[in-house]
Amino acid sequence: MKNAAYKILGLLLVLYSLVYGMLTEVPVLPIIEESIRNLFYHVSMWFAMVAMMAASFWNAIRFLSKGNLSMDQRSVSQAEMGMVFSFLGLFTGMVWANFTWGTWWTNDPKLNGTAITILIYLAYFVLRNSVDDERKKARISAVYNIFAFIMMIVFIGILPRMTDSLHPGNGGNPGFNSYDLDNRLRMVFYPAVIGWILIGTWIASLRFRIRKIQD
Amino acid sequence: MFQRLIIFLVFLIPTLSKAQEKELMYGDGKINVVIAVITVIFVGLGLYLYSLDRKISKIEDEE
Repeated sequence: MKNAAYKILGLLLVLYSLVYGMLTEVPVLPIIEESIRNLFYHVSMWFAMVAMMAASFWNAIRFLSKGNLSMDQRSVSQAEMGMVFSFLGLFTGMVWANFTWGTWWTNDPKLNGTAITILIYLAYFVLRNSVDDERKKARISAVYNIFAFIMMIVFIGILPRMTDSLHPGNGGNPGFNSYDLDNRLRMVFYPAVIGWILIGTWIASLRFRIRKIQD
Repeated sequence: MFQRLIIFLVFLIPTLSKAQEKELMYGDGKINVVIAVITVIFVGLGLYLYSLDRKISKIEDEE
């Protein structure tokens, strides 16, 4: 197994977050109660998704400047992994929302922004599959990837912060710090994020290597 | 690397299962049983991912 160190580190970090995230003491908050532990699992999906899309964006730029097709293959593999994380984040968020906000879906700016982001990235895959010529496909999708990444930042990073949102840290809502994202939570949350990013990188690299073989 | 990890896990099991089992698996509303199940699932997925990686490496070597 190539680069075994980061792969095993990723597995161990996520395993740690799964086990210790259930055992650690959490701050007691009204309504959220024990479900604050979802911070370790639901929120880390989004961090991993943004990291995958950033890597995809980076490889799209590298393809445009160097013209190496394998960078395009890396880019699309990472975008696929980002999509997997986004769906996992969306579905886990819906479950969590149902038991804290009382409904599976609300018109929260972050939820709608996420839905738009997912549609934008789905269009990326449709666009790729509609062009036959390999180079043309790679170039068009790399340009679109840059647009998609910037739209993602706007829709899930900027717009939700400018209006009222049910999500913490957005709009009128306070950030993590005020419902003390205290050190007990941080000790699990950050390792979980790093672990999922490493596992995502691993799976994306498998997908990339399959693409290489298929060529 | 991987063999060493397996050996580590194998040595971990008896320390968990013998002396501490009574307190570990029956205390705290049996949350530890759930953690054990989650661990088994996640380790299984990790091993599967590892085997996929090896299979792809094998195909790459054949090319």
